[in-house]
Amino acid sequence: MTATSARPVSRVGASRSRRHVLWHVGGLSLRFERRAAWTYAVLTLFVCGLGLFALTLGDYGVDVPQVVAALLGRADDPLAQYFVTDVRAPRIVAALLVGAALGVSGAIFQTISGNPLGSPDVIGFSTGAATGALVAIIVGGASPSGVAVGAVLGGIAAAAAVYLLAWRGGVAGFRLVLVGIGVAAALRAVNALLVVKAPLDAAQAAEQWLAGSLNGASWSKLSWLGAALLVLTPITVGLFRGLAMLPLGDELAGGLGVRVQRLRLLVVLVGVALVALATAAAGPVAFVALAAPHLVRRLTRTGGIALAGAALMGAALTLASDVIAQRIFAPTQLAVGVVTGSLGGCYLIVLLALEWRRHRG
Amino acid sequence: MTAPPAPSAPPASRHPASGPAVPSPGRRPGAVRLGVVLGMGAILAFVVLASLSVGSNPIPLGRAWTLLLHPDGSQASVVLHDLRVPRTVVGLVVGAALGVAGSLMQSLTRNPLADPGFLGVNAGAGLAVVLAVAVAGLTGVWFYLWFAFAGAAAASVAVYALGVAGRQSATPVRLALAGMAISAALSALTQTVILADKTAFNEFRFWVVGSLEGRGWSVLAATGPFIAIGGLLALLLGPALNALALGDETGRALGVRVTRTRALTMIAVTLLCGAATAAVGPLTFVGLAVPLTARALVGTDQRWIAVACLVLGPAWLLAADVLARVVVAPEEVQVGIVSALAGAPFFVALVRRHKVAQL
Repeated sequence: MTATSARPVSRVGASRSRRHVLWHVGGLSLRFERRAAWTYAVLTLFVCGLGLFALTLGDYGVDVPQVVAALLGRADDPLAQYFVTDVRAPRIVAALLVGAALGVSGAIFQTISGNPLGSPDVIGFSTGAATGALVAIIVGGASPSGVAVGAVLGGIAAAAAVYLLAWRGGVAGFRLVLVGIGVAAALRAVNALLVVKAPLDAAQAAEQWLAGSLNGASWSKLSWLGAALLVLTPITVGLFRGLAMLPLGDELAGGLGVRVQRLRLLVVLVGVALVALATAAAGPVAFVALAAPHLVRRLTRTGGIALAGAALMGAALTLASDVIAQRIFAPTQLAVGVVTGSLGGCYLIVLLALEWRRHRG
Repeated sequence: MTAPPAPSAPPASRHPASGPAVPSPGRRPGAVRLGVVLGMGAILAFVVLASLSVGSNPIPLGRAWTLLLHPDGSQASVVLHDLRVPRTVVGLVVGAALGVAGSLMQSLTRNPLADPGFLGVNAGAGLAVVLAVAVAGLTGVWFYLWFAFAGAAAASVAVYALGVAGRQSATPVRLALAGMAISAALSALTQTVILADKTAFNEFRFWVVGSLEGRGWSVLAATGPFIAIGGLLALLLGPALNALALGDETGRALGVRVTRTRALTMIAVTLLCGAATAAVGPLTFVGLAVPLTARALVGTDQRWIAVACLVLGPAWLLAADVLARVVVAPEEVQVGIVSALAGAPFFVALVRRHKVAQL
């Protein structure tokens, strides 16, 4: 900051230091870290490139010029037009939105629980969603949409139970984690009981749903997901400033003007809404919420929370996983959640191993 | 996670009760601790007796005692000596192992979300069991034991290598991330196999909930030695872990060799949790809740927590096992399900009432 104040103030300009870049236009200024900016740019390029590549993939071959033509609505081949805009594009958009929602909710829950292992499961959401889905499948024999409704209701009920049980004139991060452990354990036992007592076929159908899948994504199904995210995104951005102060501790954040309890409740509501939307759209896709914030933090080498980075990383991870899940054993399709687990896990292993070599060198 | 827990001063210099003006949640007078541990011991004794007597073939306590000392070849005597006693002893040993492993794990990673399977033990064991069924076509408790043990050992060595190697010492967060990454990759593989192979799924769904059914002397003989070594290591590590709870720098200044202590702790956790998981399946909640409960009751001194876990772990597991035999008698529910379903409300009530010192 000292470097910038020494310069003559111009209305439009940019200042640079070794780590930071500062742009200012009139009264507004934008400051970002160079490495973070590069990371985000590369991630965005990766997502766009992969999305374009994914549009060409499938049993019906379409090359890149045709894809571009189809996207502009001017493809000569009506079948190519149909596959690109009505089959592949919605699936890709679904993967991106689901991944981004999971990444942001993961970053949110890691911040409010003050725990690097935090994920929507801190508040019992994922386990509760599984319970709802298992009840719908095994007891009710429900249709896919019924299963999604059951999962979302189960998840929200579990989250409400954890929040209320952790409430004692306010919710502290550590107590939230402990109560979450207890409630999630009880629900996990219920899930195990349902799976053990169910007939084998129903149990395996449930297991299939629990792995998560983006099969059957369509524009009509996506529209409400997109609409909900349009509402949630500005709210999340508005909460960011307060959220960034929570790790300072409740007293200090309160002293800086953050209304801690109100903020924590709002943030939990947003986080639960995000993960509920993702679960309704694709089932419980594993590991994205847990890993995306860590991956982006390790790539940018910054501490703190990066919601935009987590969203980008979540989207990239989910899209890459879905492409692999579709094509690796084609025509057999894997569940996307299985691939996110192995891909995300392996990627994190590589990052940790590289860091280790750098420290040794 | 950053706030270190209130240190317990060494016993020689501790002022009982009349210490600081605001008592920190981590501090408990010695008499209270002793009372708590003795109380838990009494509960454990009661649960052991119940475990010998309760079941689909109930044996009154007095008769059970007589038969225990003088087996007479009657049906009750056979049930007692061939089924109840070995099952109870396995429950005692496994419960103690899981409780102590959990307390070490939480102390090592300073994270209450880290169950003892966190070093990849459960994920590795699960994958090995699934592969045993799907690839080698082997089923049965005895095969699962060895496959699970091998898988657990392999996975935790991998986590150890990733988390520790090449650096001065592994930070808790790094260890947690390494465990998380490897567990995720292994469980994804497990899931792929069970989605494709129905037999493997059917065996896995029963193995993964954890059960004491049909575990006898042979299981104990195979896993007992590992648990004994791990337990001994855990008790010896107490003072060093206490010092490390103050932070690496302070710990080092107090004469603790940080890297060695962490490595030994991980070995102890792997031995205890790997052997316990091999014996009865992954009982994660016992390993999570027992040490946290012990922490709420006896305070933050790792030595007392280890002792309390030695008593509370078996009591928790055997109580769940007794319940598992009676709730839907004459059938049984798996002990893993009961231990979480019955234990979770108790656990939630406890953490609501007591202020548990942060790890």
